[in-house]
Amino acid sequence: MISLAGRDILHAWGKFVFTGVGLGLLIGVTLTMAGVYRGMVDDAQVLLDNSAADLWVVQKDTLGPYAEPSNLPDDTWRAVANIPGVANASNVTYLTMQVSSASGETRALVTGIANSGPGSSGWPLRLLAGRQVSKNHYEAVADIASGFKLGDSIQIRRNRYLIVGLTKRMVSSSGDPMIFIPLLDAQQAQFLKSNDAIAQNRRRISQNPIFNNPRNPEVLDAVLDLQESNTQVNAVLVQLKAQAEPKQVAEDMRRWLRLQVYDREQMEQILVGKLIATSARQILMFLVILAVVSAAIVAFIIYTLTMGKIREIAVLKLIGTHNKSIISMIIQQALALGIIGFMVGKIAATVWAPFFPKYVLLVTQDTITGLIAVLGMCVLASFVAIYAALRVDPADAVGG
Amino acid sequence: MQAYGIKISNLSKTFGRGDTAVHALKEVNMQVEPGEVVGLIGPSGSGKSTLLKCLGAIIEPSAGQMYLGDQLIYDNGWKISDLRALRRDKIGFVFQAPYLIPFLNTLDNVALLPMLAGKSNKEARQRALELLTVLQVEHRAHALPSRLSGGEQQRIAIARGLINRPPVILADEPTAALDSVRALTVIRTLNDIARDYNTAVIVVTHDDKIIPTFKRLYHIRDGITYEEQGQGREIL
Repeated sequence: MISLAGRDILHAWGKFVFTGVGLGLLIGVTLTMAGVYRGMVDDAQVLLDNSAADLWVVQKDTLGPYAEPSNLPDDTWRAVANIPGVANASNVTYLTMQVSSASGETRALVTGIANSGPGSSGWPLRLLAGRQVSKNHYEAVADIASGFKLGDSIQIRRNRYLIVGLTKRMVSSSGDPMIFIPLLDAQQAQFLKSNDAIAQNRRRISQNPIFNNPRNPEVLDAVLDLQESNTQVNAVLVQLKAQAEPKQVAEDMRRWLRLQVYDREQMEQILVGKLIATSARQILMFLVILAVVSAAIVAFIIYTLTMGKIREIAVLKLIGTHNKSIISMIIQQALALGIIGFMVGKIAATVWAPFFPKYVLLVTQDTITGLIAVLGMCVLASFVAIYAALRVDPADAVGG
Repeated sequence: MQAYGIKISNLSKTFGRGDTAVHALKEVNMQVEPGEVVGLIGPSGSGKSTLLKCLGAIIEPSAGQMYLGDQLIYDNGWKISDLRALRRDKIGFVFQAPYLIPFLNTLDNVALLPMLAGKSNKEARQRALELLTVLQVEHRAHALPSRLSGGEQQRIAIARGLINRPPVILADEPTAALDSVRALTVIRTLNDIARDYNTAVIVVTHDDKIIPTFKRLYHIRDGITYEEQGQGREIL
């Protein structure tokens, strides 16, 4: 039996291909939106992977350090390290800010890493070029997505840092590249006040007779020192011994240290389920709208193509063509349009994904789901055209 | 080939009911023998198209009887449930415009019908090619309809109507869009087919060029048919 759909497509291939390309670009946008969501989830998971931690110790009653602000005294790590099952505990600070260099500025997650050496929690896992931070001050390792190069000098608050190493896929949950600097510098940067604010604070404290007692001038110095130094970190990253049970160790820390502790599963839930949940719903809405728009376009195109052949369909019915042959022709055309559109969409999404400022992750599972959804959508969209075709009266082929 | 003709007795068709009822056909009688070509003529609104649709098993008459050869197919109700198969196997249609499927070439336009009837592609195309040869358009077998002249298209349409060797061919103004020469060629072809395949052919027409060629004519006016001897002029 002749493939009526195939012949019709070959006959008007230009119209079909251009329609498929138009639909494909829309499908490409849909796939990209799914890729943006996958990228966000991947960014969150990469952040957790790269921290190389089994537990995150944060301020009590907070979802810190990524989803909410969290502050801990910087000596908390000592108590944490003494809990049974803990192999290593490291202080860490996180601060999202604009970082500038001679070539421009970028938004980055500045991460303060403790002086515990490469391989410790919080440190960059792999370097593409250069070396790890080896001094206590003014050196930095940057993710290549920041655009900085080895030897660049970058400005963080009042200080300049030399880029000594480059790393890759070290990003925040929102996709900002990470810049690693020594913990002391990061603490200073995080809590640094302006000179005017410091001077104003000194004046206010020195005017307080309780602190500025002429009989005991050391009190004023001590208070001023306390005001101007920072002994806070955002979290303590914990690596456990091989045989340790994360949930048990976390429970011990909660009980004895009265701190909030999250294991990997809980932290993932916070990042994916809470931090990016609104963005995910936003993207889901876009996906639904794009799917509906795509379906409407396919329905309109197939309906228009079918209506353009109404006389031929009447003739086909008159000369004895079964309805199932006509239905098959319409569905085949809809599916062909869907396949052309999907191929174009997949190619387009693959080509333009690297140009997006944030990570777009196109996964095979989404591709397969997308293909099934597009084909299903095409079949559904062809129902209007099928309904119209089945209503065609064979008598329409005869005049009068 | 089995010899068929078509015969209708007291056939009527009424559209609507009560005061708004329109009696398109009123007790129409007609008989066409195998191998015979008859003309059906009448002014606009006389009921020609309605009669053609009833004869073609496209719309259901309101009353009467219709025979296709010896087979009673309508007796105040269809006797055959599969009208689609009846149209496909027993009735050939030739329309005012050829209505060829634009995305199929000439050969496949003709071969489509036997393919729909379950014949293999090879057998269907072979039969179609034979018919195109008879109609002298075999050299256009692989051309799309848009590449054919009006006369060629109409001959292809006739070939499509004939491909399943139906006992009856219904032609609805087949020469309306053709000039005199091509119109007479089409009528000659229909006569040849009627003779060679023993087919009953009914030609609905207004066309003064071809009316003198019929040996027998049916006039239809206000839903009633009147039989008349035609001139039966020879087609040169």
